[in-house]
Amino acid sequence: MVLITRKAEFSASHYCASPDLSAEQNEALFGKAARPAGHGHNYVLEVTVAGEVDPVHGMIMDLKVLKKLINREVIDIYDHRFLNHEVPPFNRVVPTPENIAKDIWLRLEPGIHAKGCRLHGVRLYETPDLYVDYFGRRDAEQDGAAAG
Amino acid sequence: MRLTRRYPFSASHRLHAPELSEEENEKLFGKCNNPYGHGHNYVLEVSVEGEPDDRTGLIFERPVLDDFVRRTALNRVDHVDLNQDVEEFRDTVPTTENLSLAVHGWLRAGWNAEFGNKGATLSRIRIEETARNHFEVTA
Repeated sequence: MVLITRKAEFSASHYCASPDLSAEQNEALFGKAARPAGHGHNYVLEVTVAGEVDPVHGMIMDLKVLKKLINREVIDIYDHRFLNHEVPPFNRVVPTPENIAKDIWLRLEPGIHAKGCRLHGVRLYETPDLYVDYFGRRDAEQDGAAAG
Repeated sequence: MRLTRRYPFSASHRLHAPELSEEENEKLFGKCNNPYGHGHNYVLEVSVEGEPDDRTGLIFERPVLDDFVRRTALNRVDHVDLNQDVEEFRDTVPTTENLSLAVHGWLRAGWNAEFGNKGATLSRIRIEETARNHFEVTA
């Protein structure tokens, strides 16, 4: 198996506050990030696809196709937006990098699967010193194993 | 899901194995064997594995993680001479392999004591010695 990773960037604003918590609790938990007027980040996204190298064309997945998919499903929707106000599900789900990575996985997985490839992981940098890795299916398997 | 934080720190060290002769050390470690030592801008990455909380969307609270890593690891290695100031390296070569194992050991012991029942686990640490090499220890 070979992994291939495509990078993309988007800039967006957000704030982090849970509707289930009081203003004081949100402030204590999220600090400055809880201010409702919001703040922004230059996010960096790394999308990793796993597969076998095709013996004819020598690729796992056509990078042009992957780039277009990332642009259509993620960048066009997220870039230069206020996530809480403009990008569902973040009108009801706190746009932490954890939740954003999950949402990006859900947006990309069907298109990659439709091309006969497997989405291996989504890495999202909120800042250069903080990132999350989401491996969807692998996490689900672990959940299944834990539940079983 | 895995959350990773990056923490820079700076330290000096000298690579010298007490079991080897002067010549053998010089041959093995080259410039890194310079008796006066030399320094690096290291970067420590700490990864925490868990599921984001339904309400807060967080695997782990960042300030809690930052405070823990600072107390447990960074304060012991930032702006020190690893050979002289860190007990683990009095008799052990402070290669970044050994540094990674030491840092992982401190964090693991502290983690179990402080967050053992929190759900999230310490899944990996990674230390960059320079921008061109890094070392990783997984749980």
